[in-house]
Amino acid sequence: MTKLKSIEELKKIREEARKDLLTRVQTGTRIIIGMGTCGIAAGARDTMQAVLRELQAKNIEAHVETVGCVGMCAKEPLIDIEQAGKSRVRYGNVTADKVPRLIEEHLVRGRVVQEWAISRMEAQKT
Amino acid sequence: MTELSLHILDLVRNALEAGASRVEIVVDEDAATDTLRLEVKDNGRGMSQEEIDRVLDPFYTTRKTRHVGLGLPLLQEACQRCEGELSIRSRPGRGTTVQALFKRSHIDRAPLGDMPSVLLTILFSEKPVDWLYVHRIDGREFRLDTAEVRKETAEVPLTHPRVRQWLLEYLRKGEQDLGSTDIPLRAIA
Repeated sequence: MTKLKSIEELKKIREEARKDLLTRVQTGTRIIIGMGTCGIAAGARDTMQAVLRELQAKNIEAHVETVGCVGMCAKEPLIDIEQAGKSRVRYGNVTADKVPRLIEEHLVRGRVVQEWAISRMEAQKT
Repeated sequence: MTELSLHILDLVRNALEAGASRVEIVVDEDAATDTLRLEVKDNGRGMSQEEIDRVLDPFYTTRKTRHVGLGLPLLQEACQRCEGELSIRSRPGRGTTVQALFKRSHIDRAPLGDMPSVLLTILFSEKPVDWLYVHRIDGREFRLDTAEVRKETAEVPLTHPRVRQWLLEYLRKGEQDLGSTDIPLRAIA
């Protein structure tokens, strides 16, 4: 693949993605993954890749972002899931193999995976 | 850390914590000198000489969430174990450059690992950041700058699934064409 050909491909993707941007619905779902030294050492990069794969496979719209250490190093990899109007739930020790069940239970079926949840933060009132 | 790429991700996280908006990542492998050099340069707030002197102390951190800072000491230990060294250059307001040197053929040197997925992970940081990635092997070079990609994608974010897929394929092809065979053992299994 030459660089020129790739740039041409990128321009084509941009045009397709622009149309897609107009139809994408803002769902208000955020997935926050701890990516401090502790998270990285515990496998957070692979966890994040698994999250992206699952979202794409299930066609779920969500804003994914990484943050630094939140101070619960023994529970890494940590994932927070926040949905509009609902409590933010923090899950601990979420290795890549646990991600398919987490996404299915929490985002598709709307059920908190109690045995992996370590804290819950009430939704902010606006 | 099982891969050197994870150390790079950790160095970039430090850069983001220091307010960087751009990082330059260089991986330079040279068979003639039997060295592998990693370099991460950022445009963050930089450090004073006093901070540089303390940053390799595992019980020193500027963070409030926990009172240890293990990333740099772990990298220094990995370098020293492989007959290499870690060096840090920084000035307040002028950014920081961290360079890690390894004996390339050392049996204890971790593989470079999955750089494409590390580079994609960086794009999902809570603060927007651009990276320049340069990988050289014996004088041959592969490079990609997200600032240039952003010019092409315009309002479409780099984290958009289609753009992300393009980036991943471009990076994997670039590494493959360069002849990078330094992959982790778990990827072979």
